[in-house]
Amino acid sequence: MHDLLFTGARLLDPASGLDGPGDLLIRDGLILDHGSGLGRPDGVTAIDCAGLCLAPGLVDLRADIGEPGHEHRETIATAAAAASAGGITTLCALPDTDPALDDPALVQFVLRRGEATGCITLLPYGAATKRCEGGELAEYGLLKEAGAVAFTDGRRAIGNARTMRLALSYARAFGSFVVQHPEEPSLAAGGAATEGELATRLGLPGIPPAAEAMMVARDIALARITGGHVHFAHVSTAAALGLIRAAKAEGLAVTCDTAPPYFDLNETAIGDWRTYAKLSPPLRPEADRLAVVAALADGTIDAIASDHQPRDADDKRLPFAQAEAGGAGLATLLGVTLARVHGGDLSLLAALDLLTARPAKLLGLPVGRLAKGVAADLMLLDLDRGWQVKDGQLPGKAQNTPFDGRALEGRVVGTWKAGRRVFG
Amino acid sequence: MSFSFPILPGGHLLAIEGLEPPHIGALLDLAESYALLNRGGKTQRDLLRGRTLINLFFEDSTRTRTSFELAGKRLGADVINMSVSNSSVNKGETLLDTASTLNAMHCDLLVVRHAQSGAPALLSQKVSASVINAGDGTHEHPTQALLDALTIRRRKGRLEGLVVAICGDVLHSRVARSNIHLLTAMNARVRLVGPPTLMPAEAGRLGVEVFHDMKAGLAGADVVMMLRLQKERMTGGLVPSSREFFRFFGLDREKLAVARPDAIVMHPGPMNRGVEIDSAVADDPERSAIGEQVEMGVACRMAVLDVLARDLRRNA
Repeated sequence: MHDLLFTGARLLDPASGLDGPGDLLIRDGLILDHGSGLGRPDGVTAIDCAGLCLAPGLVDLRADIGEPGHEHRETIATAAAAASAGGITTLCALPDTDPALDDPALVQFVLRRGEATGCITLLPYGAATKRCEGGELAEYGLLKEAGAVAFTDGRRAIGNARTMRLALSYARAFGSFVVQHPEEPSLAAGGAATEGELATRLGLPGIPPAAEAMMVARDIALARITGGHVHFAHVSTAAALGLIRAAKAEGLAVTCDTAPPYFDLNETAIGDWRTYAKLSPPLRPEADRLAVVAALADGTIDAIASDHQPRDADDKRLPFAQAEAGGAGLATLLGVTLARVHGGDLSLLAALDLLTARPAKLLGLPVGRLAKGVAADLMLLDLDRGWQVKDGQLPGKAQNTPFDGRALEGRVVGTWKAGRRVFG
Repeated sequence: MSFSFPILPGGHLLAIEGLEPPHIGALLDLAESYALLNRGGKTQRDLLRGRTLINLFFEDSTRTRTSFELAGKRLGADVINMSVSNSSVNKGETLLDTASTLNAMHCDLLVVRHAQSGAPALLSQKVSASVINAGDGTHEHPTQALLDALTIRRRKGRLEGLVVAICGDVLHSRVARSNIHLLTAMNARVRLVGPPTLMPAEAGRLGVEVFHDMKAGLAGADVVMMLRLQKERMTGGLVPSSREFFRFFGLDREKLAVARPDAIVMHPGPMNRGVEIDSAVADDPERSAIGEQVEMGVACRMAVLDVLARDLRRNA
């Protein structure tokens, strides 16, 4: 493999706090060195970064990649292409596929398909329960051996308290954790929007925001009695974030992520029956959006995940309550996060930390850093380049973005996976 | 009657919310004139001549469909009734497939009833016809609110300042939502009365007062508007039994006695006698305006069709 030398970059490494001009040298797919005055070894190919930002490739904790079972929405190959265009080099895939990833052979299948793309590390979650149905536990040990990164039922909450207790408890034996979709199912059943004035006016069945907080409260209690590690996905309400903040202060093994829609949009995005803004959990009132921004800034939230949920036109061109929930998110993960940097809520390094080193640490992976000897998963970012999100023009198959028309500032211009250019 | 402005912006009637008071007033004035014509046995057979009106009902309805059919025929339209079977209602593809079918038929006016909130709005983006929402899910039923307002105006001479109590299953009622928007826009004082389990979230933010006690909610009311309680609400556990509901939230003479002595009683029909309303009240000619509501329904729908047809001519 060729050696590569990036010159004249603004190096950004949230893990070490590095933000400064420098060069970066890659050999055999690994970062050999970085800093200033590295010289130019023989046979190296130089890339002039012209002052653009060179940072670790993003680590995305949460995406539905359509395969197996929903290839009409997205495939591993199209998701990988969209991820590369978004600067993502490590992607965790949800197991509530068809069939669900509750068997070691299926986990290996997804791993192999991911490897075959050559442009991302695709890490499947194992099912937390068989068929992701919330009943019996899946085979955590065998699934982990096969390569499962952690355990979850994806978009389905593990509703039964005893099942969740067992899951948190049993996962400890394998040093793993359980990712919960925090929404009390009996309160969320049939709901299409956050309960409140807007849902009342639109005549849509509502989901009370407390459905999130009470599941978070329950699972924190279960983490306390089991000593297990619970991770809450796409947290979206002030109440739930308050509980998580307190649990962390108590020293419990509780972590969480959120997704860009929950800090960039509020529930008014569903006005005029915009089904592309129908998500799960549903978009919230502005006060909750502000609470998510605050929790990003104060460290309560451990990571920002794309929560990519590909849906096709037939899933979305329906009356609102019948339309499928979910939004495409791979291509917009970075740009929408950077809006909070441009808006003054987060520093650039803190924002990148939430997209690289912190999720990598959560997963126990040696990526998401600019460190000697780690895989050269990199992205080159033009912080000032403006662009507009347009459905129909996104990379990958899924076009169901809730951000259609959104003007963003900051775009990936190149992505490298283990030293090989995969985008730009 | 002529208007200098488009009464229904966008060429559809999808909701009351968003209509301005002058628009509502103009529609009611026009409807009033049709009510007089209808009583005089006169018709306007030429207004919609050559126009096609399709009643597209994804939910069963007899009175609303018949009312629109009569309104269309009295104005000279060719009226076609399409009932879509329940089995295909839940297929959203059917809705948009239906839209392309209707476009191929060159339908001018499309009256839609659908079990899903927002379905007529979705259709309106895909069809060339003017769409009239005849009830969508738990969202709105705009022509019902118009006919209720016209009935009240004829009985009381005005809407402004009247105390109107809307009682029962407000949560699932599109009739209630449309009435709330119309009556508050016209400066009536609206109260919602019912058990908390049948009250929508943040109902108080719609410009109304919320009561959970019938006598408190009905005290001094000029109009008592009862809503239909659907049987499946009981099985859904939102109220324990029909007898308990009738005891505390059903309208009988005793509860009506706290309203103003000249208060009128309304119901959008069909009624569950002995569940939300006692027959003695429903059939009292002094108090009940239920028959007049049906009569005003035809007049209001004629007015809506007339206004939308003017837009059709304007755009032709």
